[in-house]
Amino acid sequence: MAAFFSPFISKPDTVAQIMLRVMLALLPGIAMYVWYFGPAILVSIALASVTALATEAAMLKLRNRPVAPFLQDNSALLTGWLLALSIPPLAPWWLIVVGTAFAISISKHLYGGLGNNPFNPAMIGFAVLIVSFPAQMTHWLTPHGLGQVELGFLDQLRYTFLGSLPPGVTLDAITMATPLDTLKTRLHLDESVKQIFDMPIYGRLAGQGSEMVSLGFLAGGLYLIAARIITWHVPVAYLGALFATAGLFHLADPAHYVTPLFHWFSGAAMLGAFFILTDPVTGPTTNRGKLIFAAGAGLLTYLIRAFGGFPDGIAFATLLMNICVPLIVLYTQPKVFGKKMPAGKNGGAQ
Amino acid sequence: MRTLFKFHGGVHPPGNKTQSTQQPTATAPIPAKLIVPFRQHAGEAAKPVVQVGDHVLKGQLIGEPAGFISSAIHAPTSGTITAIDMQPVAHPSGLPELCATLIPDGRDEWVERKPTDYRAQPADELRHLLRMAGIVGLGGAVFPSDIKLRPLRDHPNKDIGTLILNGAECEPWITCDDMLMRERAAEIVQGAEMLRSMLGSREVLIGIEDNKPEAIAAMRLAVADSGLPFKVVAVPTIYPGGSAKQLIRVLTGLEVPSGKLPTDIGVQCFNVATVYSAWRAVAHGEPLVSRFVTVTGNVRQPRNYEALIGTPLTDLIALGEPLPDTDGYIMGGPMMGMPLPSTSVPLVKAGNCIIAGSKKLFPPPPPTLPCIRCTRCAQACPADLQPMDLYWFSQSKNFGQAQAFSLFDCIECGACSYVCPSHIPLVQYFRFSKSEIRMREQDKLAADRARERHEYREFRIEREKQEKAERLAAKEKAAAAAKPAEPPVVATNPDAAPENTAQMKIQAAIEHAKEQAAAIKPKNTENLPPELLAEIAEIEARRARIRETAKSDVEPPKE
Repeated sequence: MAAFFSPFISKPDTVAQIMLRVMLALLPGIAMYVWYFGPAILVSIALASVTALATEAAMLKLRNRPVAPFLQDNSALLTGWLLALSIPPLAPWWLIVVGTAFAISISKHLYGGLGNNPFNPAMIGFAVLIVSFPAQMTHWLTPHGLGQVELGFLDQLRYTFLGSLPPGVTLDAITMATPLDTLKTRLHLDESVKQIFDMPIYGRLAGQGSEMVSLGFLAGGLYLIAARIITWHVPVAYLGALFATAGLFHLADPAHYVTPLFHWFSGAAMLGAFFILTDPVTGPTTNRGKLIFAAGAGLLTYLIRAFGGFPDGIAFATLLMNICVPLIVLYTQPKVFGKKMPAGKNGGAQ
Repeated sequence: MRTLFKFHGGVHPPGNKTQSTQQPTATAPIPAKLIVPFRQHAGEAAKPVVQVGDHVLKGQLIGEPAGFISSAIHAPTSGTITAIDMQPVAHPSGLPELCATLIPDGRDEWVERKPTDYRAQPADELRHLLRMAGIVGLGGAVFPSDIKLRPLRDHPNKDIGTLILNGAECEPWITCDDMLMRERAAEIVQGAEMLRSMLGSREVLIGIEDNKPEAIAAMRLAVADSGLPFKVVAVPTIYPGGSAKQLIRVLTGLEVPSGKLPTDIGVQCFNVATVYSAWRAVAHGEPLVSRFVTVTGNVRQPRNYEALIGTPLTDLIALGEPLPDTDGYIMGGPMMGMPLPSTSVPLVKAGNCIIAGSKKLFPPPPPTLPCIRCTRCAQACPADLQPMDLYWFSQSKNFGQAQAFSLFDCIECGACSYVCPSHIPLVQYFRFSKSEIRMREQDKLAADRARERHEYREFRIEREKQEKAERLAAKEKAAAAAKPAEPPVVATNPDAAPENTAQMKIQAAIEHAKEQAAAIKPKNTENLPPELLAEIAEIEARRARIRETAKSDVEPPKE
């Protein structure tokens, strides 16, 4: 009995467990990633993890905060994992290191550390990388069976750390633009959606391979809802808004605007819906606020994908909506018990 | 099947109730010494009406109600009053209270008991009887029951349509109401009919959480036997489903408006133990001198006891045989109870449960981490509050904002603290903020009064100066005019006018300041129900006492 005041009992949940379960929920998607694109992603996840923990420890030390309890909260690890899953797996080692270090140090700790950052750290890391190193950020691995050459794990490692490819192999031979990116470029070349989708990189729902990764994230996300780690509000509002916007454009002009399902299963839509926009620290706290926040992000994602300069829009959609969070929360306060029923309806004597 | 309603939030802590319900309730032996505090209820302490050395009988009045919100105190057994002095009691403040020490004579001899037929008595007679029998809410708030049975102030002719008996007992570990319902169901039902007739209610609902099937069955049987049209309703087990407002919501679908009382929506709610005691008081003439109390937790013999009020908790705890690794005791439940500073304090009317604690049963919480705004607290809050925001405001002492976010609608159930993955003692922050706000409001009131006094003093000094000058001038004039012997005139009349205007101006300024002060005064503590006001008054009284003791401690010796 160490407590001096009630309650004397508490649920055994901890921040560390919550973060860990979110990371567990990422595993199906990661497994799909490995299956279709090879083990390179594991290397970037490992790199991101080490960088995240090192940066976290260094920043805690600099800020004179206790290192051990915060290192064990798993929040930095999760940031690293999400960033690693957002950028091309076959990338020079410094890309993920720079991104992760920036995410943890600048966008998390300079704002006060865990619980105090207004912007999603992983998405800040992504934004920094795509703005600073656009070339490296477009070298996505070709899924199994589609490339002219496939790199073995050791070759992938060699490229990541030494920057050298096996003789006779060019970067172009083993990488490609993402299905979203290809779509955008080809549409600019006045090809129709139907023509573009005949390309082998497209699968049943979206991109070959990447659609399966998205399905993996969807499965993990549903687990998060079932385990009550997140509520349904953000994923439903986000995917709903994305679907509705994409659907409207698709209905109006199917030759130039792809189906909403394609938008769901390409790029980071599923990752964003269940794992990124659901970050509690940077999202709104009210249920209605979550709906508005996520719907806004869905709309922005579509607008950036369809009309913006970047192939995918999750990162900027998230960051833009992060800015709106305080305002959204202020205007979506729920009614308190006893202030809910309109006067008279309560049959009261007042 | 009755349609039940839901309230927002709630948590499901482990019940831990079966331990103490394995054996029937036992009567605790009369201890060697009883300590009976004169304040065991919300409101003013009772006034002692016995002297040291008096021999008293069981049930004899030893403290009479002193004030509107107050109640009577009785001798729990026959014996001799050996002291009336300040003693430590179980109160969060840790401050002592005036108590009577009673050494029992072992005969347990009753004072003359006068059974009353409630049907033959007008309601105000019955209310007086309950007040003089010391009947207060035994669910924990110990609010005098007679006040809850008064006709509505604004609508004296409006009936309270629904009477609710609260047998929910949602706090983990506590089973005293459960056992009372199992063992004394018939008398609870009789008591309910009495209270129903006093209130004029058309409907009586008895809400019991569905984790107490035996109590539900016993009460249903008792209701059937009585032939009364009461409904025993099994309500879902969810904490804090036994909080009056939440139970009313579940049973009727109505929400008691913020800052209002259940009677404002035509509902009144009594704990089952209160109803039982009220029945004993009227039908048997027995004032409230004992109650059911659960002794459980880290003990070898968890059980319920019918114990005399004033029994030192040490005696009760000894009955349970605490295990050697016991490292503390909780009075009440683990969600809202208080740690006992010492076990020498007596059992009071509010004492429903004593839990022996150990490191294993109540492990220290993991270290607190920053809030990650996960909103589990908001999902758990039965008052639909946003605890993470209130925490933020409380932490930064931004009390205005905390009030704007309905801090005073917090019922301090602790559900938010219970679910917090960062293990932030949220409810403790809210208690702190509430008491800070109340204190500041008092301070502000005092400051306003002081300023008014100061302004008036300035005005008075100014006026006296003016008057003096006028008198001097008049004297001189009179001296100058002494020779022509004209009537000494005029001085007062024309001068009176400007003085009046000056006074009016100052009066207006004071009025203005008052208005401003009233406008600034936060709204949340206005129109509080008498329970809360009583609580505030109590806290203030304690605070004043602390201040005084502190003052007397540090006051320098006079030279």
